[in-house]
Amino acid sequence: MIFRDNLSIYQQIAERICDEILDNKFPPGERIPSIREYAALVEVNANTVVRSYEWLQQQEIIFNKRGIGYYVSPDGKHRIKEMRRKRFFSDELPLFFNRLSTLDISVAEIDAQYAEYLANLSNK
Amino acid sequence: MLKVENMAFSYRRNEYLLNKVDFEITPGGVYGLLGKNGSGKSTLLYLMTGLMFPQIGSITLNGIPTRKRTPDMLSNIYLLPEEFDLPEVSAETYVKNNAQFYPNFSREQFDSYLQIFELPSIKKLSQYSMGQKKKFIVSFALATNVPLLFMDEPTNGMDIPSKSQFRKAIALSMNDERSIIISTHQVRDLESMIDRVLLLHDNSMALNESIVDIARKLEFVHTTSKDDLQGCIYSTFTPDGFVGVRPNVNDVDTTVDLETLFNAIMANSQLIKQLFV
Repeated sequence: MIFRDNLSIYQQIAERICDEILDNKFPPGERIPSIREYAALVEVNANTVVRSYEWLQQQEIIFNKRGIGYYVSPDGKHRIKEMRRKRFFSDELPLFFNRLSTLDISVAEIDAQYAEYLANLSNK
Repeated sequence: MLKVENMAFSYRRNEYLLNKVDFEITPGGVYGLLGKNGSGKSTLLYLMTGLMFPQIGSITLNGIPTRKRTPDMLSNIYLLPEEFDLPEVSAETYVKNNAQFYPNFSREQFDSYLQIFELPSIKKLSQYSMGQKKKFIVSFALATNVPLLFMDEPTNGMDIPSKSQFRKAIALSMNDERSIIISTHQVRDLESMIDRVLLLHDNSMALNESIVDIARKLEFVHTTSKDDLQGCIYSTFTPDGFVGVRPNVNDVDTTVDLETLFNAIMANSQLIKQLFV
């Protein structure tokens, strides 16, 4: 795993696990790797993965069965999407709007291209 | 667990290599012992394991000076020196002769580490290449399950895939009862594994902090624009722009860049010390 510099490693690992849940690598209700296994997988200190798992637990994306391990919440996928939607509207969209306005791109233009993109996607 | 108090050591009269050194090692951490060449990293490892004695102050393991080297203490520590040689015996014989000194040695774990390192079976350990010998002894060291494991530049002589295997092995071997102290001048090899930094500079322990606390107090800035470096106490060029470090006044959560931290302390140890009082 190659880590970016502007986000702490534990957050990047949490995001990676979110991606894996969305990709069904870890389906809802299934066990995810232990902290030590995941630490070995991404080659980081186990304490870093402890922080990632704690954060995912706080977001109720995963839950801990005492003495057994960590599991994906039944609505884990939904929670990840909700969280990312919120983040999109608060963090990413303002930047996107800023780009649109500085480059004189209209929303209608984007709308047309987006419709095309969706059509291509469904053709595949 | 291990306590170093007001410790001083010199090879030559009146010229202290280490002076007024105070720090403690507690269970459950991977300690990165950093410092320039000749700053005393290896010497400190020998002092902590009782192979050399401090002239002033004390080094104790659970209250007993390490210089006593009692059998009980020696079964709780393992030092992997930078240079070593393996005898002309089979792996089987080596384990049979040496594992008995470590009551928590796990044969099962030992085999799993050998597997991680993809070490082939051979008749005599002396047939291994230098890098393979290192992997063999690292596997043995990790499998001893000692509470205190010291490794002096363990990634020296390892190729790129081996360094990755080494990180995996360390991650798998860690638990709350043990600490691993790794001296290195190649911080990049182990950056993601280290959760506490011990930094030797100017004959003393200039820094002994957890990565979490360092990230709380310092912000690391990677940028293409010099304007973003405002407030930095240290900054330098990189191939893709600039990197700087400044007090974390905005309470952001950045990844600790050990190389930049190291260089910042070399450039201005006082300033960083003030942040970590």
